[in-house]
Amino acid sequence: MIELKGVTRRFGEAVAVDNIDLTIETGEVCVLVGSSGCGKSTTLRMINRLLPRTSGEILVDGEDINKADPEALRLNMGYAIQSTGLFPHWTVARNIGVVPTLLKWPAQKRDERVTELLALLGLDPETDARKYPHQLSGGQAQRVGVARALAGDPNILLMDEPFGALDAITRENLQQEMLRIQRQLNKTTVFVTHDIDEALKLASRIAVMDQGRIIQHDTPEAILRRPASAFVENLIGKGDRGLKLLALRTVSDLMERHPEPRYSEPGSDSLNESDSLRIALSMMLWTNTERLAVLDATGAEVGIVNREQLLKVGA
Amino acid sequence: MRLWLTPVIWVAFLCALAALLPAMAPLFSWVEGGTDNLIYTRNSFYTLLQSHIWLVLASATMGTLVAVSAGIFVTRPAGCDFMPLVSQMASIGQTVPPVAVLALAVPAMGFGEKPTLFALILYGLLPILRNTLAGLGGINPAVLDSAKGMGMSSVQVLFKVELPLAGRVILAGIRTSVTINIATAAIGSTIGARTLGDPVIAGLVNGNTAYVLQGAILIGLLALATDSLFEALERTWARAFSARAHKA
Repeated sequence: MIELKGVTRRFGEAVAVDNIDLTIETGEVCVLVGSSGCGKSTTLRMINRLLPRTSGEILVDGEDINKADPEALRLNMGYAIQSTGLFPHWTVARNIGVVPTLLKWPAQKRDERVTELLALLGLDPETDARKYPHQLSGGQAQRVGVARALAGDPNILLMDEPFGALDAITRENLQQEMLRIQRQLNKTTVFVTHDIDEALKLASRIAVMDQGRIIQHDTPEAILRRPASAFVENLIGKGDRGLKLLALRTVSDLMERHPEPRYSEPGSDSLNESDSLRIALSMMLWTNTERLAVLDATGAEVGIVNREQLLKVGA
Repeated sequence: MRLWLTPVIWVAFLCALAALLPAMAPLFSWVEGGTDNLIYTRNSFYTLLQSHIWLVLASATMGTLVAVSAGIFVTRPAGCDFMPLVSQMASIGQTVPPVAVLALAVPAMGFGEKPTLFALILYGLLPILRNTLAGLGGINPAVLDSAKGMGMSSVQVLFKVELPLAGRVILAGIRTSVTINIATAAIGSTIGARTLGDPVIAGLVNGNTAYVLQGAILIGLLALATDSLFEALERTWARAFSARAHKA
């Protein structure tokens, strides 16, 4: 658990972070969202003491971070940034192994960990491990960046716009991977982004920041349904709020489950359990149907979604 | 290993010539007829070469130590206040000619090798200092940020990230400094240091072009051999620490 109590950071006269209170529960993903210069990165960098705070308290699991040794503190916090910051003179494997090496893990344990992480991030442990950062694509480099942040098995993960510089498709893929990895590992994560869609997708709770203050700190659904101010309303975009709400839930939440799986005719239009309600609605509009079959991972039909119900949820 | 072939050939050529020059008197009689003193004999060329190399080596070692530590110091938070002063000194110092440094050193330190060594160190410092600052300053700030964010201590950041990445540029500075000093050391002969400049000065004073040539050829060869040695060294460094060279 990370607690920020009355934290302020000034740069000369300018106030970057203004007396914020924020509690991040263990295992949750807290996304700090806001326009550039709102203090979100500054907040993140105060948590691993890359920036000292001007006043206030930051506690990790009840301990003031200023009491700990800064290096030891950072070794227990994975750190991934937008420009990756991979070491250009080291191979991918050595880059990922940097924290285990600093923690003085035995070589074999470290190598196993590197292989495990390459596989987890969808990289090839054979060929990619020996490459140098400049030989990687932007998406691959960012995967390595995330793998490096996870390598020491830290309790906390700090991510500063890690997918900000990627193209839309690669970003989408990496967001999916993030969700999958988070379900597996359950790290307490602080994630900074200016992209509200990314925030809605990844967050268990979102903190909207503006001019160094936290405007609203709530679940994605609550932020969409009850934006605290005109600023938040503007940020989430009034027009497609309904669709964004639908995007937060999956088909399996809403479907009428069959008592027993059936086998539908192949080729008919259907949804997967993990698809979002937004996709379900889009599909219904496209095929002009009232009901769609839902398939599980094995391809068996496990339920039905109907349009009326779906429209009720969105309201 | 092919990398080291060129410098080895140059060094072999230099040593061979230093040994064979005394036997090449007929060749020099073409240049300087009408005298019997065709070959410089006051000291053997080997002795001169040795003491020339020693002077350059000693000054380069001292200069590198001082310049690299100064460069590191002013790029740390503790020393960053001295940054403008040091980089200014580095550029102003370069405009003072080495002869002037030699002339000023003599009243303070007397004649001989000591003032020469002092002038060489002082003059050789500057290219190294300048390149150390450029090398350390040229590192992508994101790399340093993530190194620190990963939990490296400042010492670890310096030795694992900064110096390997800046190394090639620093090495290039040492290369420039040593090459300049090979030439400058010859001037040391004017204030009594024993170097390959001895035959050149003696030749100029006595109007004997053969002496001048013998000294100049050996100094030139030494500079070439040293330069190709550094070329190989830089490539080896690049291979060990920078990914770019792996492609080539």
